[in-house]
Amino acid sequence: MSSPDPRSLLDKVWDAHSVRELANGQTQLLIGLHLIHEVTSPQAFQMLREMGRKVRFPGRTFATVDHIIPTDSQVRPLSDSLAEDMLRELERNCREHGITLFDPASGKQGIVHVIGPELGLTLPGMTIACGDSHTSTHGAFGAIAFGIGTSQVRDVLATQCLLLARPKVRRIEVTGKLGGGVYAKDVILHIIRTLGVKGGIGYAYEYAGPAIEAMSMEERLTVCNMSIEGGARAGYVNPDEVTFDYLRGRPYAPQGEAFERAIAWWRAIASGPAARYADRVEIPGGEIQPTVTWGINPGQACGVAEPLPRASEVPDDERPGLAEALAFMRLRPGEPVAGTRIDVAFIGSCTNGRISDLREAARVAQRGHVAPHVRALVVPGSQEVARQAEAEGLDAVFRDAGFEWREAGCSMCLAMNPDKLVGDQICASSSNRNFKGRQGSPTGRTLLMSPAMVAAAALRGAVTDVRELI
Amino acid sequence: MAAELDTRVLRVAGRACPLRGDDIDTDRIIPARYLRCVTFEGLGEYAFEDDRAQAKGDHALDQERYAGAAILVVGRNFGCGSSREHAPQALMRRGFRAFVGGSFAEIFFGNCVALGLPCVTLATADLAKLFDSVELDPTQEVVVDLESLSVTSRAGRFAAGLPEGARSQLVEGSWNATAVLLEAGEAIERTARTLPYVAGF
Repeated sequence: MSSPDPRSLLDKVWDAHSVRELANGQTQLLIGLHLIHEVTSPQAFQMLREMGRKVRFPGRTFATVDHIIPTDSQVRPLSDSLAEDMLRELERNCREHGITLFDPASGKQGIVHVIGPELGLTLPGMTIACGDSHTSTHGAFGAIAFGIGTSQVRDVLATQCLLLARPKVRRIEVTGKLGGGVYAKDVILHIIRTLGVKGGIGYAYEYAGPAIEAMSMEERLTVCNMSIEGGARAGYVNPDEVTFDYLRGRPYAPQGEAFERAIAWWRAIASGPAARYADRVEIPGGEIQPTVTWGINPGQACGVAEPLPRASEVPDDERPGLAEALAFMRLRPGEPVAGTRIDVAFIGSCTNGRISDLREAARVAQRGHVAPHVRALVVPGSQEVARQAEAEGLDAVFRDAGFEWREAGCSMCLAMNPDKLVGDQICASSSNRNFKGRQGSPTGRTLLMSPAMVAAAALRGAVTDVRELI
Repeated sequence: MAAELDTRVLRVAGRACPLRGDDIDTDRIIPARYLRCVTFEGLGEYAFEDDRAQAKGDHALDQERYAGAAILVVGRNFGCGSSREHAPQALMRRGFRAFVGGSFAEIFFGNCVALGLPCVTLATADLAKLFDSVELDPTQEVVVDLESLSVTSRAGRFAAGLPEGARSQLVEGSWNATAVLLEAGEAIERTARTLPYVAGF
């Protein structure tokens, strides 16, 4: 019998997609799925045109419109003329190169990281690239997926390849069982808080352990989505029955007997028991609390009832960052984030805009009404999520509770459309970044948390431990 | 043979601008409202726009003494967050040709390589000395040398870090990866055909 394979999933996928190794140690890596959107692709198509080249694998390239699209109405022409121009540019590029575009009229439009999985485009063992840092989301299926810039979008369009150095792998085992009212979002915020926002530089994160294995696909997507916020360009979960059950019958997934053959390959691509890792970390799942960010990067987070750190409690080199964050957020050290009055509540994004997120938020929303001083929005991650939610009556639950029910898009996660904070408003948000100015106002403030926690904050008008409401 | 543009990046020399702070994200480097465009032209003037407005003229990019700097000295995890190439594009169009810092977020780093902009790292103590030196004497010339992998200033000559793959791309002038990737020719299609999800399960 041959000796057990010491390779992780990352190593196996990397080896399978290596076109060649360069003398400088870089790999020319084949990209199995290229996802594009309206914001980071137009310059790449222009460069392609200037080189006189065509898209090398148009059948492995898929497009949608998500970042700039208005969420009040998607009727064409879009009310925002610049958004309309950018969508037309994408339409022109897709037409010219024979690329499938999921536009609003297709019924399949949505945030690129929501529609890839729901259409079955995202499969285990793939390499996936997209001009968006949250491409790490797709790793939930056991794919190696990462964000790229526009020049690299050009490279993939022209050659279906990227020039990359192989990352190291850190296995993160979340042990035990999560408590009630603790969600995938809390798990990843807790991991980032523990390992830091720079901790993942040079690594891909392999998430494992009982608490991860117990998660649904949608929860795993939330975890992998924020790998990049921990500095890891890619994050993944080894494929298992949960993965296969999710994929069975999806439009672009293999069908019938081919699906069963695919499962055999997907199982073989997973990290085996003899896999070697550059690093291993264990996170006790039972200790994770509903977690909220209080600062200006996603690692500045704590349990909802925990006091915010004082300068004396953090290492010297973190003090300037702590002082800057607390000054910007106007929060006090030593006091808990619970009770912080909010102005806006945002439920949506590629992190938490899927149907299970909306179900959890609705479960909380039905217990009351949005506080009078709060503007609350629910933005489904895709048209499919919206249809499903409407079929379940979730839109009515939200509307009755005083939330706005919007159309699919990235919306207030990055505020490239009209959904923006105003002035120094503070927003309870189910999105992924609390950077200064991220939600569209230079002085706007963001508190990241799970969708259920956002719903609780919307009802009470202040940050609330969701466990008090469910 | 027609004379080809020399794309090799062997060294970057010039004045430096110190931008202190860790975890400076690309939303701060270029706010998302400036991504509503189909070209990168004109982005330079908006680099760090919101930070500069809040600093009311005190931001390093607005200080006269650092005007014309070619090298941006930064902290750790510079360029984290969004993959927007608009961030290095904006800094490049503002005149920066190299970055020296504690560490760089990977997507930002890759975007810089694709534009021929080196991001080199220094040890913590060396970086602190470089910051101090540049603040004390902004007129001095700082040299980022990719052949000897060093950063030289009045503070001394420090060993710099840069992964070999990126270093060789810059030094050999092959940082525009498309040409290199095309050299693989049909091997690209051959590799694709070995993948069951491409060839059919």
